[in-house]
Amino acid sequence: MEQFTGKVWVLGDDIDTDIIIPTEYLALPSVEDMKQYGFSPLRPELAGQIEEGDIIVAGKNFGCGSSREQAPEIIKALKIKCVIAKSFARIFFRNSINNGLLLIENDQIQEHVKEGDQIEVTLGEKITHDGKDYEIHSLPDNLMEIINAGGLVEAMKKRNGVK
Amino acid sequence: MGMTIGEKIIARAAKVDEVHAGEIHTIEVDRLMSNDGTTHLTVDMYHNDLKHPKIADKDKIVFIMDHNVPAENPKTAQAHRKMRNFAKEHGIALYEGKGVCHQIMVENYVCPGEFIMGADSHTCTYGALGAFGTGIGCTDFLYAMVTGQSWVLVPETIRFELTGKLRPGVYARDLMLTIIGMVGANGCNYKVMEFAGEGAHSLDIDERLVLCNLAVEAGAKTGIVEPDEKVAEYLESRGRKAENMFVSDEDAVFEKVYQIDLDQIEPVVARPHQIDDVVPVKEAGDVKIDEAFLGSCNNGRIEEFRVAAEILKGKKVSDHVRFIIAPASNEVYIQALEEGLIDIFLDAGAMVMNSNCSVCWGSCQGVIGEGETLISTGTRNFKGRAGHPDSFVYLGSAATVTASAIAGKIVTA
Repeated sequence: MEQFTGKVWVLGDDIDTDIIIPTEYLALPSVEDMKQYGFSPLRPELAGQIEEGDIIVAGKNFGCGSSREQAPEIIKALKIKCVIAKSFARIFFRNSINNGLLLIENDQIQEHVKEGDQIEVTLGEKITHDGKDYEIHSLPDNLMEIINAGGLVEAMKKRNGVK
Repeated sequence: MGMTIGEKIIARAAKVDEVHAGEIHTIEVDRLMSNDGTTHLTVDMYHNDLKHPKIADKDKIVFIMDHNVPAENPKTAQAHRKMRNFAKEHGIALYEGKGVCHQIMVENYVCPGEFIMGADSHTCTYGALGAFGTGIGCTDFLYAMVTGQSWVLVPETIRFELTGKLRPGVYARDLMLTIIGMVGANGCNYKVMEFAGEGAHSLDIDERLVLCNLAVEAGAKTGIVEPDEKVAEYLESRGRKAENMFVSDEDAVFEKVYQIDLDQIEPVVARPHQIDDVVPVKEAGDVKIDEAFLGSCNNGRIEEFRVAAEILKGKKVSDHVRFIIAPASNEVYIQALEEGLIDIFLDAGAMVMNSNCSVCWGSCQGVIGEGETLISTGTRNFKGRAGHPDSFVYLGSAATVTASAIAGKIVTA
């Protein structure tokens, strides 16, 4: 099973797509230009502090709101390894898979981690924090295939033998 | 085992006899809608990421410019140009400056029993006509545009059995905000919200649109009102056929059933920054406002304009409030002109905009500044939704918004 560790950033419930990327920045030419404004209504400094491989741990209904696909794209562009939340809003969930962003559901860990803590994720099995294991489930194989390919378009190409 | 409305529509789209919650099916999409929020991204992916791009069926696709119309800066103008050129090149129907996408779709395209995907979260609006409309991102849109297909995990259905009738001065918007307050902003995550019962049938099409439109704000995949003769009349008046008017079987399985008495509903507002923080208007406290907005895919139709005009007639908007009004479509706009409603709005001191997403989208018109408060008939009250990150959005009915615009603070009509 794939295993990785990362430093966590802790967010609350109902982190909506206008927080992940406010409307006023959507007209910027690329996700790279937008990413510095990620989460800015809530925590303007956060995007600048995130480092490659970090993990976001949040409460319920992460990604609620708009269908704007820039939301998962920005989290990916910030090089977040995965988002762990109590639950995800459905359009965001689907957009994340389609963009190759890994999402993990767990309804307990958010209440136990502190920002800056290190956690270890064993995919399809558990999250380990401070000597304690939190059970997680694996996504269906067809969705993992899309995530591992880097998103739906890449998965489609791979399936069709297009290089 | 019987099927719900949502299951019947998915079974039809999947070309199988029966589907049930939890199954994954490949479906043929009946229609696809995309607006200027993300179409330029889809066009880029189409050109840059695909080896042999083609469009499965151009006649199923509609492009609508409504989010930043007319363009407010050169970047938007460029995105619009990309969308316009693509539509022209591929023979895709294009609407520009004609209204908010969901209103255009309802006026011109949506039919009962159809499975419709739109690159906009409020695509769930189409359930007012007995269709299954659901929001997707631009990658899913691209896939469906190119293949004509998509995949769907059949959702569970939560049924809302409505009894009674809304009292005068209480609107569908009060009802839906009350329901969201009750179930929570993710209370129906990945579910179908099905509205049925005599109370649902007492609602007119415009009221059903309000209910279904906000289903996504409870996390739902879609909202559907059990279609009836009112749907048939609406469609026939617009030259469309009332076929595939599915209703749930008696032995269909619902995850949960709520009973709601419409007589008990009262005027409410959702407080910043959560749509499920719903309180009666009279308990909202002394909230001074800087701006009021009447419009959006939720609440910018002729029925709401009539309510607002009735309240505004002979009165003036408070001198410290900007009251911004945007019709949901040009059809609404023209009818409002013919009925003299626009005269009433202008006489009272309101600003009437072109038909577009306007203040609800928080980027092109009526943006609010730091520390300011807006009361709106828009779809969302997220932090920063209407402008500055430190601003406040309350959501209420057209009547509450209009009365508040006159009073300068949040009040009931």
